[in-house]
Amino acid sequence: MSPFTDSEERFPPHPSLNLPRVMATPATAPVPHLALSVEGAEKRFGANVALAGASFTVRRGELVGLLGPNGAGKTTVIKAIAGRVRLDAGAIILFGRTLTLDDKRPEIGVVPQELAVYSLLTARENLEVFGALYGVGPAALAERVDWALEWSDLKDRAREPVKRFSGGMKRRLNIACSLLHGPKLVLLDEPTVGVDPQSRERIYEMLAALQRQNVSIVLTTHHLEEAERRCERIVIIDHGTIVAAGTPAELIAGGTVTGVAMGGATLQDVFIALTGRELRE
Amino acid sequence: MIGTLLRIGWINMRRDGVVLALTFVLPIMFFSIFALVFGDQRNPTRRVQVAVVDEDRSAYSTAIVTALQAEGGLRVRLTADPDNADRTLDRQGAQDLVKKGAVPVAVVLPNGLGAQPGFWGSGARPKVQILADVSDPVAPQMVLGLLQKVSFTASPASLATEGMAMFEKYAGPLTPHQQKAKEEWLKNMAQGRGPAMTNASEGAGFGLATEIVNVMQPGGGDAATISFYAAGIGVMFLLFSCAGAGGTLLEEEESGTLGRLLSSQAGMRGVLFGKWLFLTLMGAVQLTVMFTWGALFFGLPLVSHLPGFAVMTLFTAAAASGFGLLLATVSRSRQQLSGLSTIVILAMSALGGSMFPRFLMTETMQRVGLVTFNAWALDGYLKVFWREAPIMNLWPEVAVLAGLTAAFLLLARRFARRWETL
Repeated sequence: MSPFTDSEERFPPHPSLNLPRVMATPATAPVPHLALSVEGAEKRFGANVALAGASFTVRRGELVGLLGPNGAGKTTVIKAIAGRVRLDAGAIILFGRTLTLDDKRPEIGVVPQELAVYSLLTARENLEVFGALYGVGPAALAERVDWALEWSDLKDRAREPVKRFSGGMKRRLNIACSLLHGPKLVLLDEPTVGVDPQSRERIYEMLAALQRQNVSIVLTTHHLEEAERRCERIVIIDHGTIVAAGTPAELIAGGTVTGVAMGGATLQDVFIALTGRELRE
Repeated sequence: MIGTLLRIGWINMRRDGVVLALTFVLPIMFFSIFALVFGDQRNPTRRVQVAVVDEDRSAYSTAIVTALQAEGGLRVRLTADPDNADRTLDRQGAQDLVKKGAVPVAVVLPNGLGAQPGFWGSGARPKVQILADVSDPVAPQMVLGLLQKVSFTASPASLATEGMAMFEKYAGPLTPHQQKAKEEWLKNMAQGRGPAMTNASEGAGFGLATEIVNVMQPGGGDAATISFYAAGIGVMFLLFSCAGAGGTLLEEEESGTLGRLLSSQAGMRGVLFGKWLFLTLMGAVQLTVMFTWGALFFGLPLVSHLPGFAVMTLFTAAAASGFGLLLATVSRSRQQLSGLSTIVILAMSALGGSMFPRFLMTETMQRVGLVTFNAWALDGYLKVFWREAPIMNLWPEVAVLAGLTAAFLLLARRFARRWETL
């Protein structure tokens, strides 16, 4: 049984937005269709500015790609949403609730970039322990684990230690472990790094299935072609600020990006145009 | 090419603090500890504490006590209460002091000793008893040797009297002239400190009749000795196990699993408590397996000491687990943990008595050893298996171990903050 059984309506298809290059700070009053609103997030680590007033929103049931060069602030903003980074300024509003650092966030599922599973445990055992730790009761746990194994296409290998899995299988399990408690917003940090194209396709199919159940998804990736093809909306971050946001088509169309038409361009062209060609640490 | 390889090796070693510490600091540390333990330069032979009970209260026994007090290698105790000189020790009190571990040896000078020292024979002469804690194999033998020495030097008149009697017995009576000369000589020798003249004792022995009584194990056997080594080795390896298992925190941090755990309902407190509880149970099982092995194959009296063993094992495992978590939270990587735990645990084990008994160390080193976790754990096990102490007597060790557990966990919690929120 899927944990995503609530009867919320799928948010209607995205309106055609003429997004500005940098999104304006959203209104402070809760917006019913918003799953997440990050407002003016600022964070410094010593002299290093990780976030410099980043603001963006995620709608319910939307798949948003958070793109940026290395060190742009992607992981910091994901961690801030997950409650692992204390913001110096700004706010995070989750389903209309302004969060403090100590607030529990059961609506969120976090999929770290690392393969955060126990390699000596089987797939089923991993799902069972993380489900229990995330508060899934014993009665529902078995059903949720069965669903997760089915969803991640690991049912046949459920009783094998994870150390025997391929990279793609581990990635799928890594995602599944974050979904057992039925989050309404899933944050994925580089979910397809280091896996083959077949596994990447499978992972995006899994995410699409989640979307159909009105789950909002934010993912970071360096695979721009994938983001262009799979994400409904793209948010580009650089030097801790949001430099562009919109649908891939809008960004590529150019008018919303650089003010200069970029006909025939790809998302990668747009990305380079916005973030420059200099190498990042 | 060789030069390049040497350069690579040198750079790697120079930049790896753990390797440097293991290569240079650990050997020096161990050398220093062993040198301090065995090489107290100002007092190369440690002073043995000995309780002396004078049941005879004769001039001869008093002379022996005085001579023992004058011995530089001994620290003589004559009273039950060090602060009350009026409470003279009796045999039971001395035995209790040995059993409690306050002194390793007690000497009982029996009634009739002064009347019949018996230097030259064994016969029916009274035996001087040496009540010994044989966990210290050195002290009883040292006291025995010094006792024989002072028995001759403390009262030369007694020795001469008995010697002449023996001569007359086997060589025939002295002539009247010889008899007169002997009596005059003995009279002069006895002036001032001579005991009453005695008859010669019979037998072929030489020196005071003595008997070493093992007050810890009246029936003999070395089963309890095995408990000492079981505890010593067990505690040292328990620390290694707990430090290694605590290192799963670092692995989880590196793999991202810790982040996932922290995002769950457990939180850092839950994670640390869960790990501490697991390590405590694991440690208790590890010690139980070790002592059970000792019971099955080496006659360790585990069954007859189960309650005390359970108490000590529980608190020892709890403290070792806390220490393992503390080491893990202090370390930045598994490799660093491995090096740090090797250095710290080996040093603690050497000072704390896991490698060799603390009672063989100088008093200063014995006191220094008390700063270590091992010393308190081993003292507790010794009380249980060696001194047959009731459970209530374990309170100092239990209190210290419980306090250390709390301190270790609080510090581990403090250091673990770096993994929580940035």
